[in-house]
Amino acid sequence: MHEGFRRDAPGVHPALDDAGYKSTRLRHPRQPLVYLPQSVTELSGPQLGPERVTGALDHDLTRQHAGEPLGERIVVSGRVLDGDGRPIRDTLVEIWQANAAGRYLHKGDQHPAPLDPNFSGAGRCVTDANGRYEFITIKPGAYPWGNHHNAWRPQHIHFSLLGQAFAQRLVTQMYFPGDPLFAFDPIYNSVRDPEGRARMVSSFDLERTVPDWALAYDFDIVLRGRESTPIEEER
Amino acid sequence: MSGRLEVTPSQTVGPFFSIGLPWDGGPIAADGPDALTISGVVLDGEGAPIPDALVESWQTAPAGIRGFARAPTDDAGRYAIRTVKPPALGAEAPHIDVSLFCRGLLHRVVTRIYFADEQAANAADPTLARVPGDRRETLLAAPTDDGYRFDIHLQGDDETVFFAV
Repeated sequence: MHEGFRRDAPGVHPALDDAGYKSTRLRHPRQPLVYLPQSVTELSGPQLGPERVTGALDHDLTRQHAGEPLGERIVVSGRVLDGDGRPIRDTLVEIWQANAAGRYLHKGDQHPAPLDPNFSGAGRCVTDANGRYEFITIKPGAYPWGNHHNAWRPQHIHFSLLGQAFAQRLVTQMYFPGDPLFAFDPIYNSVRDPEGRARMVSSFDLERTVPDWALAYDFDIVLRGRESTPIEEER
Repeated sequence: MSGRLEVTPSQTVGPFFSIGLPWDGGPIAADGPDALTISGVVLDGEGAPIPDALVESWQTAPAGIRGFARAPTDDAGRYAIRTVKPPALGAEAPHIDVSLFCRGLLHRVVTRIYFADEQAANAADPTLARVPGDRRETLLAAPTDDGYRFDIHLQGDDETVFFAV
């Protein structure tokens, strides 16, 4: 008998249809989701770490080119846990982000801010035995987008987590504490619960801040925990 | 209950995930003499192709086969993955789980690829049995010369069935 993953409570994640975020309009399903019992396929998942983390500097976005990128150097670290507080070890963590000027190294990004020849903006690492990950990067800039007049995204880093099974897969964004753009950003506010939004905001971490070198931010990521009973009941 | 933590909420991958997520071998879940191609287009509610979507597939796989593929769509909304057809799992017909991500999706949507030429197995599949009969066809990949075709409609008259996992 398989032990399933606890299903997310209503409202934990954003609704797929969000009037404030215009791109959802033609891209959200209108039909109700069909309940999928978790079986072998959902309870297993890929273990991509060894294949995707191939270099000693994959986690250090400041040392992937000949020179150092411009911007405020930061350390971003934390733990990947499941909903019961257990560390998720050996799991792949992937990030991508804009540079310090708020520009992505992507042909679709037309924001008239400079690219940085020393910054690609992508990193990967695998969690250790305690579920810990660490990246060294630069603080991404805020940038404008076309959602509405004078729309700006708060500074953020995209995170992708595979977890231990298909049922735990998560893509999210990490924000920085106290960002003045929070109140105006429909993507951040697509999470209606203030406590849920707070779980996407990193905290300044003086303990891990490296003297004379870099500020540190702490960001724990929680994926689903296990069902307490082996037989899953349908809601 | 002490010790229980709330999960981190999902956010969209946005339009620029291709700088971080896809990689050269990503679309290949399995290769070799038995490998086939599953390809299709990802479409929005007006039937327009979605050029900035990411298709991820997962199937249980024997040792030595990754079983996972990650394929971004191209400018025409097309994706393609290379894999082998998985075996039936108990009462479950052969199937591949799919996560779809794109700008405008605040949370992944999940669907399953079944195979149209597995009629007997499909008829007995407990998950397909939960799907309204007139929508089951959206989950059936159609045979082609080199594998199967599976289009994904995020919205509209032919909206693909998506699952709550």
